Amino acid sequence: MNKIYYSPSHEYIRVEGNTGYIGVSDYAQQQLGNVVYVDMPEVDDEITAGDDFGAIESVKAASDLIAPVDGTVIEVNEALADNPRLVNEDAMNNWIIKVEIADPAQLDSLLDEEAYKALCAAEH
Amino acid sequence: MPHRYFPHTEEDIRAMLDRCGVAEIDDLYADVPDGLRFRADYDLPSEMSEKEVRDFFAALGKKNLALDCFAGAGFYDHAAPAVIPSIIERSEFLTAYTPYQPEISQGTLHYIFEYQSMMAELTGMDVSNASMYDGATATAEAMMMAVAHARKRNRVLVSATLAPATRRVVDTYARYHGVSVDTIPATAAGVTDFDAMKAMLAEGNVAGVIVAQPNFFGIIEDFSGVADACHDAKSLLIINSVAADLAVLRTPGEWGADIAVGDAQSLGIPLSFGGPYLGYLCASKALMRKMPGRIVGATKDADGRRVFVLTLQAREQHIRREKATSNICSNQGLMALYVTIYMSLLGAKGLREACSQGAAGAHSLAARLVATGKVSLTFPDSPFLNEFCLTVAPGVSVDDIISRGIEAGLLTGVKIAPDRLLVAVTETATPQAIDRYVSLVSNL
Amino acid sequence: MNRKLYGRLIFELSREGRQGYRLPDNKLPDALSSIPASLLRSSDPALPEVDEPTVVRHYTNMSTNNFGVDTGFYPLGSCTMKYNPKINEEMAALPAFSSLHPYQPDATVQGALELYYTLQLALAEIGGMAEFTLNPFAGAHGELTGLMVIRAYHASRGDDKRVKVIVPDSAHGTNPASAAVAGLEIVEVKSRPDGTVDVDDLRPLLDDTVAAVMMTNPNTLGIFEKNIPEIARLVHDAGALLYYDGANLNPMLGVARPGDMGFDVMHINLHKTFSTPHGGGGPGSGPVGVRKGLEQFLPAPRVVRNPDGTFSVEAPEEALGSVSATLGNFAVQARALSYILSLGREGLKQVGPLATLNANYIKESLKDAYLLPIEGLCKHEFVFDGLRDKSTGVTTLQVAKRLLDHGYHAPTIYFPLLFHESLMIEPTETESRETLDEFIDVMHAIAEEAITDPETVKSAPHDTPISGPDDTEAALHPVVKFSDL
Repeated sequence: MNKIYYSPSHEYIRVEGNTGYIGVSDYAQQQLGNVVYVDMPEVDDEITAGDDFGAIESVKAASDLIAPVDGTVIEVNEALADNPRLVNEDAMNNWIIKVEIADPAQLDSLLDEEAYKALCAAEH
Repeated sequence: MPHRYFPHTEEDIRAMLDRCGVAEIDDLYADVPDGLRFRADYDLPSEMSEKEVRDFFAALGKKNLALDCFAGAGFYDHAAPAVIPSIIERSEFLTAYTPYQPEISQGTLHYIFEYQSMMAELTGMDVSNASMYDGATATAEAMMMAVAHARKRNRVLVSATLAPATRRVVDTYARYHGVSVDTIPATAAGVTDFDAMKAMLAEGNVAGVIVAQPNFFGIIEDFSGVADACHDAKSLLIINSVAADLAVLRTPGEWGADIAVGDAQSLGIPLSFGGPYLGYLCASKALMRKMPGRIVGATKDADGRRVFVLTLQAREQHIRREKATSNICSNQGLMALYVTIYMSLLGAKGLREACSQGAAGAHSLAARLVATGKVSLTFPDSPFLNEFCLTVAPGVSVDDIISRGIEAGLLTGVKIAPDRLLVAVTETATPQAIDRYVSLVSNL
Repeated sequence: MNRKLYGRLIFELSREGRQGYRLPDNKLPDALSSIPASLLRSSDPALPEVDEPTVVRHYTNMSTNNFGVDTGFYPLGSCTMKYNPKINEEMAALPAFSSLHPYQPDATVQGALELYYTLQLALAEIGGMAEFTLNPFAGAHGELTGLMVIRAYHASRGDDKRVKVIVPDSAHGTNPASAAVAGLEIVEVKSRPDGTVDVDDLRPLLDDTVAAVMMTNPNTLGIFEKNIPEIARLVHDAGALLYYDGANLNPMLGVARPGDMGFDVMHINLHKTFSTPHGGGGPGSGPVGVRKGLEQFLPAPRVVRNPDGTFSVEAPEEALGSVSATLGNFAVQARALSYILSLGREGLKQVGPLATLNANYIKESLKDAYLLPIEGLCKHEFVFDGLRDKSTGVTTLQVAKRLLDHGYHAPTIYFPLLFHESLMIEPTETESRETLDEFIDVMHAIAEEAITDPETVKSAPHDTPISGPDDTEAALHPVVKFSDL
């Protein structure tokens, strides 16, 4: 099982078993422009669906990172600390945090690829 | 006749109203409901000529008493070079706004970069912001920074030896911001009780610890092991210092502080009855993006030249609105320039010399006052630099020292308790003024 | 302004052994040696070593790369960049005030206290408020203080569920930021197409959890909120207070008073409306005024007049606390009083009308070439949504940068957030018709150039000390001090 879900606030979560890789969507990185900093939580921090767990900044904009699900941080993507532009280069593969998902049922309330594409088209 | 600040002639006004398609200036306010219009005259004096304004201020000035200053309590009377006012009155500096357009604001950006460089040197920290309003609000901002950094912990410990005026501001911000503040008691020697601090840290939920150097009583505290104790409890250490004293004292950076704050008024800024002064806020590199206020950075322009810009702006209120690190949207620009020129002229040697002279004057005055038998040092075994706390002997009143002082043209200090007087000496104290001080106390 | 970059740093002019100042020699024995070495710094700070002439020339040259109000027209919206009278500077520097310690006994500073009290009264008269504190150091600090007053008021009534502040979407960024610092939640209310607050949208938001509604009037589009009496009534009926952001007070001078509009608490930016210089970002001053019944909550310390005509500094018990260690930026307050006295009641009444005339004149003269999203009267400022002709691809940022080439400061850009290409112009009352005409001609020329030679506009500025600074690199790899270079 390896499926990608999206939130209306433009985070994605790629699910592998009980593990989720959370990042921002390609659409979100385009909207932000050159990413200069990603503020990330620490390993073992708890995240709560709907609450922010960090922030992503470009020169003239910033946006909170909103947790799509409840969970515990098991890894943060340290590569982004040195090179935040990786998010611009490939947002979908440069996840920000890796989490242990607390309640997989929460995934059902997120958007699938198609619904998310429709949302972006409507926003644009 | 139009006022001298308004260029509009009758003819100008007529032609401009025509362009706007209205008959009278009043028509431009047609959208203001009539019931809201203020049609009366302000209950204020009539327009004054410059001569009259000067006379008005001169008359007020005569109601003040100029005194030789031995008061401190956070604000110190230092001598400032004549160069400084002459430069900061340059209208290119004085009448500019915040440097939002870097192409035509290199002057401002340039000196802020110098200011940040000098403050980082003075405090021994990695990063300085572009300055804050004053030392008290800077300390409150540091407190909020610690709480934001800790995310879920919201308790801050403050040493009882922090200046009460600063403490009041910290308490006020804390109360409304939802931070709980607990006081670390002081020992009989007038310094922070670090055993008590450790016990309080162990209770948990502490985001930051705030201590002062020199402390409110003028005492130089020993912070050995304090940073480690804080960090072990995941708390930040915030040291509030009198900026000028850092020319000689072990720096917040050397003590292992995460944030260094305080007032930089002591770097030559006039006392001016309370302001404008200058708050400074410096931090470790790890906290750079959590800092409040403006930060200037170096970069290259299209032609490859080294230039300066406002940077890390994504922290700030105009982008982050309610999620910003602070609501501050200015710095204390001109006062940052003031201390930058002061530090340039004095250099490390001059700053050290000013500290050394203040300390020499204070130690000499303290010894001579104690020798009168009318006062004693409140904390005789604690080291001090240029400020010390006196306890009056039975039968001697602090109020008398102050009122006799005024008669002798001296501001003898600040009363901080019914029997305590806080006295500061700087390089501006003349030997004659010191003699007058000693003689008035011996004659009590 | 010197269009050639000076660019050097004082550290680069340093030579070992030089010094720029000499202190008096008090010939006393050294005391530093009595302090344990473990309490002293291990090495001197690496500050420059420079002589006095070098310092003077350095900062003088540096200043020439700056643009100020004395240099030229500065139509920066919402910043009120009016002329800063020189007499104010002279008054602020008088030694009879500048030498006073903030903790001097009241009896020795009666002149300073009287000055302070006189300004408190004058601002209360101009704001239509009962009383003012001059403690806050800046506009944002005033907002924070005002919100604390509001919280203290609700708390005094045991009304502790009021945790929200309503702000319009056109508000200055400081409004929500100040509310957050004051521990309040922010609720945004949308603007109507005409840029004013929609009363119908506001009404359902007003429940017993709302502490205050913050308004700027005229708002950031320069439009007077004419429904303000109704809004005030609704806010008060809901038990909340109405806060006036004084950033746009200038056009109201001589015309209307926030107190009469129904506002309960307000702040004033002395560095905008009352002509004190902006100083490249400060020091400012943000006095806060309140209507009758709220005076007791103002922060300590306060200056009061005693029955015998003397003045004292007090710290009343009901005060919300303290937002400053002292009475505030006294020298800035002195400048503002100097301005008020220089204008007098007659001159003050002309400030708003002339500022509004200047703004409308520019608006009417440029709306053929720039897109005016909201027609009609403006007050002291107005907002264009970029060029009328969008086909050239020339943006507001590029128009702003091109203005720099012509010797103007840029307007405020990309604020308010209501339009994509906001270009916000505020001329103030101290600009002459000739200055405005020249600016209008240049703005027209840029609009024309955007069609005939768009590349020149897009690559602007061309004639400034620097061009195209790399903001991304600055934020990616911050270099924030000399030793980082």
